[in-house]
Amino acid sequence: MAQAAAHAQPPLPQRAGFGRRVAAALVRRREASILLILLALIAYFSLRTDAFFGTDNAQVIAEFSAPIAIIAAGEVMLLICGEIDLSVGMVFAFSTWIFYFATTDWHLPILLAVVLGLLSGSIVGLVNGLITVLVGVPSFITTLGMAYLLNGLTLNISGAFPVEPPGGHTFFRFFGAPPYVTVYWALGVIVVMTILLTRTRWGLHTVATGGNLLGASESGVNVRAVKVGNFVICSTLGALAGILESIRIDTIQALQGGFPLMFYAVAAAVIGGTSLFGGSGTIVGAALGVLVLAVLNLGFTIQGISAYWFDFVLGLAIIVSMALNVTVERIRQSGRLGSST
Amino acid sequence: MTEAAAATEQAPDAIRVESVSKSFGVVRALEDVSLRVRPGEVLGLIGDNGAGKSTLVKILTGFHKPDGGKIFVHGEEVQLRSVTHARSLGIDTVFQDLALVPGMSVYHNMFLNRELTRGVGPVRFLSNREMKKRSREYLDDIGVRVPSMSAEVARMSGGQRQAIAIARSTHSDARILLLDEPLAAMGAREGALIIELIEELGKKSDVSMIVIAHNYVHVLEMCDRVNLLRNGRIVLDKRSDETSVEELTEIVAREYRLAPESASDN
Repeated sequence: MAQAAAHAQPPLPQRAGFGRRVAAALVRRREASILLILLALIAYFSLRTDAFFGTDNAQVIAEFSAPIAIIAAGEVMLLICGEIDLSVGMVFAFSTWIFYFATTDWHLPILLAVVLGLLSGSIVGLVNGLITVLVGVPSFITTLGMAYLLNGLTLNISGAFPVEPPGGHTFFRFFGAPPYVTVYWALGVIVVMTILLTRTRWGLHTVATGGNLLGASESGVNVRAVKVGNFVICSTLGALAGILESIRIDTIQALQGGFPLMFYAVAAAVIGGTSLFGGSGTIVGAALGVLVLAVLNLGFTIQGISAYWFDFVLGLAIIVSMALNVTVERIRQSGRLGSST
Repeated sequence: MTEAAAATEQAPDAIRVESVSKSFGVVRALEDVSLRVRPGEVLGLIGDNGAGKSTLVKILTGFHKPDGGKIFVHGEEVQLRSVTHARSLGIDTVFQDLALVPGMSVYHNMFLNRELTRGVGPVRFLSNREMKKRSREYLDDIGVRVPSMSAEVARMSGGQRQAIAIARSTHSDARILLLDEPLAAMGAREGALIIELIEELGKKSDVSMIVIAHNYVHVLEMCDRVNLLRNGRIVLDKRSDETSVEELTEIVAREYRLAPESASDN
């Protein structure tokens, strides 16, 4: 009897043409399209200027990208579960000062100081998360307030004078030494966060929370814990990026990071295919988005185009990416693309 | 049901609700509701929009906590703390919105919040292959064809989504299944398939069900017994074979004449 239910099937996908298959592949694998754009940009700048293609510039791009990619990984988790953190750029500075004071003023061993720095980031994330989830303040507002609050706090405790980061030679070798140590950390973060997002229950619950908040909680997913946890992850990664970067540039400043860094990370996530509506996104996509920003930035600089145009193109890229996201999602919902295998 | 009648039965009720009430602010959603479901029985719950049907289901599923009253599961009084807790007692729900995540694959939806994992200690990873395989088996079991386990639920038809949600519940060792308007937002043909599916499940003696529906024809077809909920109270309790669509229609019409919205329930 129940066999009759076998007829409950959708219309069979029609024989797909090549163009449609490619479009379908790009819909399914957003990373593929952003990789194409990245390669096209590299090809363009390499042809336009002799100075672009080379190992020195690869290093510049890598150094520019690493801290943003670390933060973007955290923002992706938050954006997927339907939240955002505008304060992570301020955590970047604040936690670095905690790390500094832990060694110079509180005389803690350097590794403990790092842990304390990271922990200060985690606590900021916890506060962001609890206020957002328990009180019901939208995360946009919670973290905007937190951003100004932390900035004021950092300026106060630091006296607004830059200092040299603590630590010996061996410590630097594993933590932030230029040019590539931060890049290795970033790659590690990308791998670990990708596994967390795609291979664990935590990642699946993050997607479910952003994809259908009520449905996820009806299924027993602890959506509040998922959100708070991802706030903690994002802020902790912000602290990590801040400590690493201050060691690389050999300076700790109160105003490092800030809103520009945070917005780069969010922009990279969006360009990399993460939906601001929640429910979808990838860490690798965001990392590729960071590289797109880095290549644009460097390419424009070498071409002698004003930095103002970089912001112009960045803005354009964000709007185009988001428009593409929304359109692709609409097409996907209507089931015209992405035939099943 | 009176205490005496309940006591003469041998096996305890699969589920028994005694004088449960629930308010949301000033809105009395449920007022002194009592009902019971025998083991293996399919109980139909009918009533107008806002009568409290969904609230009752959400209490039995651990999503809302009742203000007062008692709930017994297989004869034992329980305080349902959460959806997970209700599940651990064998109560599972197919919500009206199906609680599926459109952007996720069929098999991840099938195992949402009871994912299969492997690993050591706290370091555990999803066993995607195993979940895919079992999802396929579950759907085959109830005779539902879905083109791909990896396809997103967003691309499934209404009937397929309903079937996925039902299969998810029946294969979680659920012995009490709550179905909140399984026929809502569905065409006639797909609706008929879901009715067949529910009838098949109803024949299994180890699964008890509460089905919420609007269409009396469907309710009498699917269910062994019918309860009518009106303004947060159960006002009718009849066996399906002792009543008819005509009688239900008449009783409901009379209920509404006797107790218009503004009047008190007594």
